[in-house]
Amino acid sequence: MFAYFVRRVLATIPVMAIVALFVFSLLYLAPGDPAAVIAGDQATPQDVERIRASLGLDRPYLIRFGEWFWNILNGDMGVSIFTNLPVTTMIKQRIEPTLSLMVLTLCLAVSIAVPMGVVAAWKQGTWVDRAVMGFAVLGFSVPVFVVGYVLAYVFALELDWLPVQGYTAFSSGFGPWLENLILPATALGMVYIALIARITRATMLEVLQQDYIRTARAKGAGQANILFLHALKNAAVPIVTVIGIGVALLIGGAVVTESVFAIPGLGRLTVDAILRRDYPVIQGVILLFSFVYVLVNLAIDLLYTLFDPRIRY
Amino acid sequence: MDRRSFLKATALAGALGAAGGMPAPALSQGAAARTLRFVPQANLANFDPIWGTQYVVRNAAALVWDTLYGFDDQLRPQRQMVESEQVSADGLTWDFRLRPGLKFHDGSTVTAKDVVASLTRWSARDSMGLMLKALQQELVAVDDRNFRWVLKKPYPKMLMALGKNNTPMAFIMPERLARTDPFTQINDYIGSGPMRFKRDEWIPGARSVFEKFADYVPRDEPSSWLAGGKRMGIDRIEWLVMPDPATASAALQNGEVDWWENPITDLVPQLRRNRNVRADIADPLGNIGSFRMNHTTTPFNNLKARQAVLAALSQEDYMRALVGDDDKMWKPLPGYFTPGTPLYTEEGGDILKGPRNMELAKRLLAESGYDGSPVPCIVAQDQPITKAQGDVTADLLKRIGFNVDFVATDWGTTGQRRAMKNPVGQGGWSMFHSWHSGADCINPGVYQAIRANGDGAWFGWPNIPAVETEVNNWFEAPDLEAEKAAIRRLNKAAIDNVVYAPTGFFLGYQAWRANVSGIVKGPLPFFWGVSKA
Repeated sequence: MFAYFVRRVLATIPVMAIVALFVFSLLYLAPGDPAAVIAGDQATPQDVERIRASLGLDRPYLIRFGEWFWNILNGDMGVSIFTNLPVTTMIKQRIEPTLSLMVLTLCLAVSIAVPMGVVAAWKQGTWVDRAVMGFAVLGFSVPVFVVGYVLAYVFALELDWLPVQGYTAFSSGFGPWLENLILPATALGMVYIALIARITRATMLEVLQQDYIRTARAKGAGQANILFLHALKNAAVPIVTVIGIGVALLIGGAVVTESVFAIPGLGRLTVDAILRRDYPVIQGVILLFSFVYVLVNLAIDLLYTLFDPRIRY
Repeated sequence: MDRRSFLKATALAGALGAAGGMPAPALSQGAAARTLRFVPQANLANFDPIWGTQYVVRNAAALVWDTLYGFDDQLRPQRQMVESEQVSADGLTWDFRLRPGLKFHDGSTVTAKDVVASLTRWSARDSMGLMLKALQQELVAVDDRNFRWVLKKPYPKMLMALGKNNTPMAFIMPERLARTDPFTQINDYIGSGPMRFKRDEWIPGARSVFEKFADYVPRDEPSSWLAGGKRMGIDRIEWLVMPDPATASAALQNGEVDWWENPITDLVPQLRRNRNVRADIADPLGNIGSFRMNHTTTPFNNLKARQAVLAALSQEDYMRALVGDDDKMWKPLPGYFTPGTPLYTEEGGDILKGPRNMELAKRLLAESGYDGSPVPCIVAQDQPITKAQGDVTADLLKRIGFNVDFVATDWGTTGQRRAMKNPVGQGGWSMFHSWHSGADCINPGVYQAIRANGDGAWFGWPNIPAVETEVNNWFEAPDLEAEKAAIRRLNKAAIDNVVYAPTGFFLGYQAWRANVSGIVKGPLPFFWGVSKA
């Protein structure tokens, strides 16, 4: 197990190197010029050229890539072209809101979707099942920004229960933190709830047909025990897999959600950086997201052994 | 207890044990009244007003750095940091004296050496500054409070150059910062203005914070735009970036922010229905829409092809696409200069007036020898103003008979593509859309887009000597009448040769909470004089 863990961690190194090369090359080939954005609308072509030279953007691809990659290996993600702040500082400023949003969404989604899927499988074919599946279709179909606007309109503008926008750090207290995040997490969680509920229902339906479930029933086990101890544990592997895959969904959704609710997170940082062609920031954030995704997948692989002892690495 | 407080208390009670956290103490009513929460037009992504010339940087910088002179609401440069000035009879030597008691935010005194370094850096980036630099014999600090600018040739627009509100403005920084190369960003923000920048609270893309500078000495005169006493009625200003207009609108209605710089027109009726919100024109100088053609490549290197556009272009179509059906928010513009300002003229503008003449446009296009090759129209989709104009243009050009190659892109790519001088078919372009703040179109000194000096001109590179002659005549004009005469000739030459096609004059809104007072209309948000109940 430990050897497997070490092997997987080491395997992230070439993965990250390939991601780094890909990100750098993609940005190099993409149209757009940060110097033109910096210079502003009234700048002359000569001004733009001088700014480009001062930023080192006129140097050859290989030199720029080599320098950037060497700095990355030394833990230096570079300095933002626009803000003149280190990329690591900018990421540190933004990571808490995004992590908070993702963790709360994950907790909210899992705690709602898994029971929903279990109950839908248990009550297969009834109105409960149809209601859960109807909700799942709705969750898949309605874009996150539409859900966000509706929630903000109802709970912030009409009822005045919650704020429309912003983020309060966790260090300022759980209440204010939750007050700012509950609407965005709900909006972002809709599609995630739908996805997990559907996969939970499908897997549970399959498990509930197994012989050992019939045996458990014959031995007089209670319904809750059968559903949540015998069946759910055996259905957990595909559910956990989908939760892991869904992290990528969350990262993408966070970009939109953070814009709708004006949360100063990594999603908005990424969009702003892309629109301005702030290369060091884009590269830093994408590398970070890739790293997180690789780690989440590793965690999911390790979790398999917890739910199914037959799995060995 | 209202529902929101109840929910908050319930959530807190439930979570206290697990999280171990206590809520942050709420701001007292007094503190809240002394803090203004402002939604700016864009993200303050950098904070060097000489290096980055975006309007949002200029607007924030006007809080933090003071200027020697400042435009008042009549567009007259008034003394600001300067106590007095004297110009020699031959117009070549300018002697300036600074006001006493001027301090930087680190407590040091503002000296003439700081001013000289600041003006040197500014003049390397500003169009009027570059002219001054070309005429400069010497710029020296005489002593701590006096400096001298000696020129090779008189420059009658000296005070306008030092006091204008167009980017980059001549902000005064400490010498050690001002010695930074003008094409390299400064990394410290010690200012000379009424508010200090809280670098430790700056989250680019989200929040910028300014705090009142206690040692700032305002002038005695009442404030008027960038002139007069800049007295702060608030202690702290928080700029909260909200990329989504619907979010900003909801936040303003909900009382989460106090002032929104640029609400989109579509949302204004909704804001006006809220009794706690006020909405009004932001800037009486407005904006001028621009259809910018490439004079160096086909088809718009041919005058008749450019004139074909002017003959068919309906400014009403463009303006309705931009600002909707509110006729108070736009007007036709048969000229290039800002309506309502002293130099405004319609001389030569007949081709833009009256019913549009599609037949004439088609005839002119045929006479131009246009061969039906693709016409790349670069349209930034992420800027509502360029997107709306681009949609109208695509239809207009097709109806005239152009083979439109509609390049839907973003502003960053437009910035790169428009700088390319390649022929069409090799990465070159035929036209793009932009817009100019009305404050940037009040005279040729600040109006880069009207210049027609070939490679030295703005993108599209028009080369029209008749326009440049009148620009020079304006610079050398001894009085307003002579200036007006030069501008009339300039306007006619610019329209006759189609420097660019103006798509109309339009205004924008600003909105604020009813408990905020002192907000004035102007080319940038002026925070002095603003207070909050």
